[in-house]
Amino acid sequence: MEHDISLPSREISLPESWKRLPVVAGIVGVLALAASYFLAGGDSKQFAFSYLTGFYYWLTLALGGLFFVVLHYLARSGWSVVVRRLAEHVMGTLPVFILLFIPVYFGMHDLYHWTHAEAVAADPLLQHKEPYLNETFFLIRAAIYLLVWTGLALYFWRSSARQDSDGDLAITKRLQTRSAPAMVLFGVTITFAAFDWVMSLEPHWFSTIFGVYVFAGCVVAIFSFLILLVLRLKAGGALEIVVTWEHFHDMGKLLFGFVVFWAYIGFSQFMLIWYANIPEETFWFEMRWHDPAWRNVSIFLAAGHFVAPFFFLISQPVKRNRVTLTIAAVWMLFMHYVDIYWLVMPTHHHGEFHPSLVDFTCWLGVGGIVLAVLGRLMQRGSLVPIKDPRLGESLAFENP
Amino acid sequence: MAEETTAAGDGKEYGVLAQFADPEKLMHACAKVRDMGFSMWDAHTPFPIHGLDKAMGLKRSWVSAFVLVMGLSGAAIGMLMQWWVAENAYPLVISGKPFFSWPAFIPITFECGVLGGASGAILGLLIMGRLPRHHHALFNSERFKQVTDDAFFISIEAGDPEYDSAQTPRFLEEIGASHVEPVPV
Repeated sequence: MEHDISLPSREISLPESWKRLPVVAGIVGVLALAASYFLAGGDSKQFAFSYLTGFYYWLTLALGGLFFVVLHYLARSGWSVVVRRLAEHVMGTLPVFILLFIPVYFGMHDLYHWTHAEAVAADPLLQHKEPYLNETFFLIRAAIYLLVWTGLALYFWRSSARQDSDGDLAITKRLQTRSAPAMVLFGVTITFAAFDWVMSLEPHWFSTIFGVYVFAGCVVAIFSFLILLVLRLKAGGALEIVVTWEHFHDMGKLLFGFVVFWAYIGFSQFMLIWYANIPEETFWFEMRWHDPAWRNVSIFLAAGHFVAPFFFLISQPVKRNRVTLTIAAVWMLFMHYVDIYWLVMPTHHHGEFHPSLVDFTCWLGVGGIVLAVLGRLMQRGSLVPIKDPRLGESLAFENP
Repeated sequence: MAEETTAAGDGKEYGVLAQFADPEKLMHACAKVRDMGFSMWDAHTPFPIHGLDKAMGLKRSWVSAFVLVMGLSGAAIGMLMQWWVAENAYPLVISGKPFFSWPAFIPITFECGVLGGASGAILGLLIMGRLPRHHHALFNSERFKQVTDDAFFISIEAGDPEYDSAQTPRFLEEIGASHVEPVPV
């Protein structure tokens, strides 16, 4: 039986230097958030927008982790078992987003135009949307999303951790069965959360594909992050023989695939709006094009999130080389930030481009807290699901 | 058939065919053949065997590069075609947009790219496999027919500089072949 695979403890336990991560990242996170608060001064609107950008960046990464794990069980994947535990830990940070949502709640009136009664009273369109876009229902929905993610994350995380000790095959079977409804829940919640938290920044605007666009970014983020995480752990001496270049090659291929998918969805969204040319839809792109600075950001997004990585990642040796793959992963994590920034920020100054230091400190602050939780989770148990029935298959995996 | 008999009667040989009992023996033998420096040889199996390309010392196929070139050419031709139609051959004003409205042309450009890439993959495969062809000398061997069922073979061509009609069959037997036979042209 493959249950009897035993791996050297150095391979599957967290390197000593990583044990400081929770404390260091936690301190950096709290300091950065405090700094954001003081840097923003009395400008609560600046803080709210910067915070939402940072919050959404890390949330999409954690949701990418949830997607990876659920997909793994849904597809009954073999190759990805050796990196699944790390994705589970990324997913395991989802409960903390309940706390991280609090500043978004307090920033609601700064962020969302439709929360102002006088604005709604003067706007027939907003009156029309009121049954959906009102504060009570918004908060109920937010609670549902956060609870669904927390529930899914805890359930998958705990089941997988339990298998490490008892090696129960029934756990894998149960997770496989439940991954199908979990995927439906994931799809619905990520879509509506994107509608509520980002699309409703411009309450007149609507795009049914918006959730899919955000999802594409999630997957780009998680594969980039996993690649970096494993490379760093390898540098620390763990996962040296467990994760091979075959696994990196596969993660690189999926990263490439979702870079293309992101462009496909992003362009589909753009083209339909451009073609129909209806003012209540086109203004959203106009806000990102009229100001020359925003226009440059838009062009940079298309070139840096699709064209450049497409040609860079297309060839095989790039995906099997430590240096080039690191460059690609770091670059895509940066471009994911540009993408989220591009989605959230134009509303702040009504289409004018005014970057702020608070944008950076908020990103760092939320990130510090998320990484602290991630570091804490990684200290529990082994870095690899040691009793997964497909571990042997994953260890021996080779690209055809 | 008549031709083949005469050809065989001429004493001209295509090479030698060796059968192996199982994939492991075949894999092992392939590594030995590779290390002997043979270049005009091949392994034949009823199903794909993992790692056989490494054991054979095969280099990466150039099909993927061919696919890239064909895909990009397809996309370029798709875009050029639409530009030519919209700007020169049959200019029409559509919903008040410029004649050359590139975003509208992206879907067809993309599809032409996919068409070019896919055709490139098939063409590259046919060229590399020198297909289609009517006949191959290996089909002269009655035993070789089992290759689509349960048999594993290595064939070495007589044209190989390392080939020796006396030594090579013996070498194949030494590295574990269960049956070795000459193949007439």
